[in-house]
Amino acid sequence: MKSTLSALVAGMIFGVGLILSEMVNPKRVQGFLDVTGHWDPTLVFVMGGALLVTGIGYKLTFSRNKPLFASTFAVPTHRVIDTRLIVGAVLFGSGWGLSGLCPGPAIVGLSTFNIDIMAFVLSMIVGMKIFDFMEKKI
Amino acid sequence: MNIVEFSWQTGLIGGAFIGLAVVTLMATSGRIAGISSIFSSLLKPTSAQPWQWTFIAGLLLSGLLFHWLYRPITLQIESHTSILVIAGLLVGFGTRLGNGCTSGHGVCGISRLSPRSLVATLVFITVGMLTVFLLGLFQLENR
Repeated sequence: MKSTLSALVAGMIFGVGLILSEMVNPKRVQGFLDVTGHWDPTLVFVMGGALLVTGIGYKLTFSRNKPLFASTFAVPTHRVIDTRLIVGAVLFGSGWGLSGLCPGPAIVGLSTFNIDIMAFVLSMIVGMKIFDFMEKKI
Repeated sequence: MNIVEFSWQTGLIGGAFIGLAVVTLMATSGRIAGISSIFSSLLKPTSAQPWQWTFIAGLLLSGLLFHWLYRPITLQIESHTSILVIAGLLVGFGTRLGNGCTSGHGVCGISRLSPRSLVATLVFITVGMLTVFLLGLFQLENR
């Protein structure tokens, strides 16, 4: 129960961060990627702020034995850089560039009932389902 | 290259909020705030966990409260809907294949100094830049 509520709070803080930093606005993100045109450096500072707080916060968190409301830290242990990782990042990067949207900002953007964002999220769900389907086959 | 108008202060503050959210989730539930992973787990409702539902609900709720009660969120979408649909497929499939997106790899992973996340982030930023560059060339031709 406590971890369910704290996840709600974490989600809300995350959303506020995306809104305040304007990362919900696809033009800001595409602007960051537009290095040869009209460059928008905002994302550099967003990343910087996020990494600074997370870097310090994670260090403090991991110095404890366990999380407040759970028994263990569920942290990925997989360390191999394989084709799956690279191809996945290439596909994601191309979709990110085409739209200026990644999953977080797209989900927050749904709250405006913008039809383009809805189309993107529906399509993203289909993409995830296609992956699940193919993974079962392999 | 010319640089557009921007505010590094709101960027930093917004980024700090994102960091705070990521740390909150780890400190309380012991989980990585990787949005593509959490969101995709909701697509399998029988195995989805309560914290995954509430985290995504929190994202939506923050937007709803901000947009409808405080001030409208600005969304400037430059790409045609058909392009967005293709982009959605690529983002959905790509984030599952590569096990993460901007939040999971870009923020959580790099903060843990994960080599996988560092590589993934460099790759998707580079490919994103290349895509926007090619998109610009294509749009010039159509003008």
